[in-house]
Amino acid sequence: MAHPAQRRVGLPVWNKGHRVRETVISCRNVSKIFGPDPVRHLAELKVNPQAPLNGHVHAVREVDLDIERGEMLVVMGLSGSGKSTLVRCLSRLVEITGGHVTVEGQDIATLSDAGLIDLRRRKMGMVFQGFGLLPHRTVLDNVAFPLEMRGQDRKTRYARARDMLTLVGLTGREGYFPRELSGGQQQRVGIARSLAVEPDIWFLDEPFSALDPLIRREMQDEFLRLKGLLNKTVIFITHDFDEALRLADRIAIMKDGRIVQCDTPDRIVLHPATDYVARFTAEIDRARVVRAGSLVRPLDEPPEGAAWAATRTIRDLARDLVADSRKVIPVADAAGAVIGGLNRQEALDVLLGVAG
Amino acid sequence: MPPSAHAGRVGQMLLALAVCMAMGKALLPPGLIRPPDWLILPFADWINAAFFFLQNDLGLMAVTRAFSDVVDWLLSVTANLLYGKSRWPNLGPIPWIVVAATAFMAGYALKGWRLAALAGGTFVWIALMGQWKWAMETLSVILVAAPFSVALGLGTGVLAWRSPWFDRVLNPVLNIAQSLPHFAYMIPVVVFIGVGPKAGAIVTIIFSVPPMIRMTLLGLKMVPEEVIEAGKMSGATRWQLLTRVRIPTARSQILIGVNQVIMQCLAMVVLASFIGMPGLGQKLLQLLQSLKIGLSVEIGVTIVLLAVTLDRLSKAWALRLPEHAEPSPHWLGRNRLLVIWLALCVLGVVLAHFVPYFLEVERKQALSVAGPIDALMDRFIRLIAPVTAWLRWFLITWVLIPTRDAYLWMPFSAVLLLLAAVGWAIGGVRSAAVCVAYFGLIALSGWWDRAMITVYTVTVSVLIAALIGLPLGIWAARRPVRAERVLLICDTAQTFPSFIYLIPVIMLFGVSDVAVVAAVVVFAAVPIVRYTIEGLCSVPPELIEAADMSGATRRQTLWHVRLPMALPTMLVGANQSVMFSLFMVIIAAFIGTQDLGQEMQRALSTTDVGKGVVLGLAVAFMGLMTDHLITRWSEARKRALGL
Repeated sequence: MAHPAQRRVGLPVWNKGHRVRETVISCRNVSKIFGPDPVRHLAELKVNPQAPLNGHVHAVREVDLDIERGEMLVVMGLSGSGKSTLVRCLSRLVEITGGHVTVEGQDIATLSDAGLIDLRRRKMGMVFQGFGLLPHRTVLDNVAFPLEMRGQDRKTRYARARDMLTLVGLTGREGYFPRELSGGQQQRVGIARSLAVEPDIWFLDEPFSALDPLIRREMQDEFLRLKGLLNKTVIFITHDFDEALRLADRIAIMKDGRIVQCDTPDRIVLHPATDYVARFTAEIDRARVVRAGSLVRPLDEPPEGAAWAATRTIRDLARDLVADSRKVIPVADAAGAVIGGLNRQEALDVLLGVAG
Repeated sequence: MPPSAHAGRVGQMLLALAVCMAMGKALLPPGLIRPPDWLILPFADWINAAFFFLQNDLGLMAVTRAFSDVVDWLLSVTANLLYGKSRWPNLGPIPWIVVAATAFMAGYALKGWRLAALAGGTFVWIALMGQWKWAMETLSVILVAAPFSVALGLGTGVLAWRSPWFDRVLNPVLNIAQSLPHFAYMIPVVVFIGVGPKAGAIVTIIFSVPPMIRMTLLGLKMVPEEVIEAGKMSGATRWQLLTRVRIPTARSQILIGVNQVIMQCLAMVVLASFIGMPGLGQKLLQLLQSLKIGLSVEIGVTIVLLAVTLDRLSKAWALRLPEHAEPSPHWLGRNRLLVIWLALCVLGVVLAHFVPYFLEVERKQALSVAGPIDALMDRFIRLIAPVTAWLRWFLITWVLIPTRDAYLWMPFSAVLLLLAAVGWAIGGVRSAAVCVAYFGLIALSGWWDRAMITVYTVTVSVLIAALIGLPLGIWAARRPVRAERVLLICDTAQTFPSFIYLIPVIMLFGVSDVAVVAAVVVFAAVPIVRYTIEGLCSVPPELIEAADMSGATRRQTLWHVRLPMALPTMLVGANQSVMFSLFMVIIAAFIGTQDLGQEMQRALSTTDVGKGVVLGLAVAFMGLMTDHLITRWSEARKRALGL
């Protein structure tokens, strides 16, 4: 019973058009149930969806999801919606009850303990909400920890750890202990540690939720900088919709263990799949999110005048929109080719927050 | 709430029945007054048979002998190093000045000047008072026993953490082990090992393992989930996760376990003098038995100083938070303290080589002030003699003997019903069954009268302790600074080995029942004071502000807000108080009591394992029953208060 919004929606052309699509992680029908006998409960549910819970908690329900290489997916939902559990299913920090998770074509449920450890040592990094730093180790030893687990010698791993600390701007704090650092600095250590093994897949579980609003903003900028430098597949969890909009290529919105909509930020804002999603987006200033490209309609007549870049938000274009007098404005992709026209009236409605 | 009201009614009915039975004692058949002979089960014989089987048929003797040989060898090493017994490695004795310097540096490194002064000063005092050899005999056993206990406890704790099944089996065993009196451990060890330092060391090891297991388990369970997940995501194997993530993160709890092991070791080593363990304890025992007050006070001070030093050092180690050091290019700069310590050691050795005074202080050079203390004490005791004599007369005639007679007069069936009533009122049918089962077993063991004497001593003592402790706690909690000071005193008093409490009471009351009660009262009052203060001080300030704004007087706030909120915590104190007094009553047996403790001493001297274990279990069951009831009550109160 696939919900229409659960189907994969292709990425907008102006965003990813130049990249070869390659699925890194794919989830098929993934469920996770906590409780005394999860497997039996899942079987019961298949027969009778109204089966009594008997102390079971259905944290993740029948999730289908594909994550592409280099993509930044934000998993969004209120607390208890199952987002943290879903991400832990992807790295097998929790064993899934039903369905399949494949990472680079390998079903991770079939991996042996050694295979799983190897996958984590080579491919994955994770940042935690509460930082998850080892209190008895110095900053340098914390960052070097994954390398130590791999058995690298002290000199190489310290050199690499120092590089990582420079990357996150913590030079000079190598000898400090976690409790001597502020929350933001501790999370920088967490980020450095997660990057030490050069992972391809980077999980961030509400990394900035424990931080003050100002520091959170600063860390988001820092994160965007790192992401631009490193080009990794990122799965980012948050309960903060503004954060999601600011960072995401795609947003998956979860409710009660299901993904209710998975799409680009502007499509979620413009075409919410359910009332629940609509309520989330109601307070959002759409002009900040919606880009010219997502309002594009096919042109009936040849383009007139200069074309605007598809990636610019309506807010960026506000001055031009007001000053321009064309009814339909041509829009061009990154390569400069015109992909369609923007209805100026419609764009102005978005800018002024008039329901369209 | 209806269910608890119902439980209360059943409790009242049972209580009424118990009272009726007691009133109509004359009409009761004798089988309900004391357990009839045919009902008394020969537990002791069964245990003896089981022990005999273990010892001889199963060849456990060989295993214990092998283990004790290892311990013996280690003991001879520490004995050589600390007080120069002529054994391998024949290096000792280490001059006392070096030991004192080491303690000083350890104190400085762990916490600073004050701890350094305490630790160094303790050893200087011991040396100057001429007690070096005795103290080192005691210390050499702790030095061997504590690491064994820590290793055993850590290993068992990890196993219990790994296997929930083992944890479930282990938990009740630990509960019993932690409520068995000290002497119950000694008897089987005497059977297997004999008497002497070796047996003393082994009984010390066994006795101090349980808290280490508990703390290891607690620590491992408290490691934050995210830290473990971080370890897993770093690709740690299971072994790496245990040794580099879980155990280091649980460091504080595990080291608190080490602290408890050391304190338990000290308490046991002192008591092990009863099975021929030389050292401070034996000296104290001899002095107390011959009523040499001056010298025993000196030894008492030494034991107290040693206890406080060991406690503060290990606690400072456990609670020390990691701190970054400014990177220093020189090896010397990084290891400054180590270098200073080494220099002091070398200096000490050289000094001791040329001046024998710094190697060992002879008895006749010692600064002992036993003579003056004796004289002073004599005058003091004579001065307050009218008071103590009156107190002794009053307590014995009007409190102790009537209460004891009342306890002994009660038919055992009425006592069981009474306990069932209390149990039912507090925790329903289950608690009632638990109470009856524990005391029923005591009745079946055939030691009912002795057990009742123990119960009477404990109840009287705990009541008197509460009468003293509660007002003291309430008074102390009135001002934060005062509360802190009194808490510090309580903490310190709790580190003293229980034996110490006997010195002043024997001094004041001589060898009598009053002395026993007085020792138990002092020992049992400490936790009551402590938890009363903690309970009262942890009441949320908003509640007190709300009471103030409602116009409550200080008395009203105390009665209607602070005491009810503090009750669950205070109950924990009451629980500990009962446990402590049970231990103390048994230890005090050697002053001369007629309770289970005295019988246990007899079992010890005749090495009757079965009897000793049965008596020990009887005491443990009393403790466990009280623990069950108070815990239940405290939990119910907590739930009712929404804590």
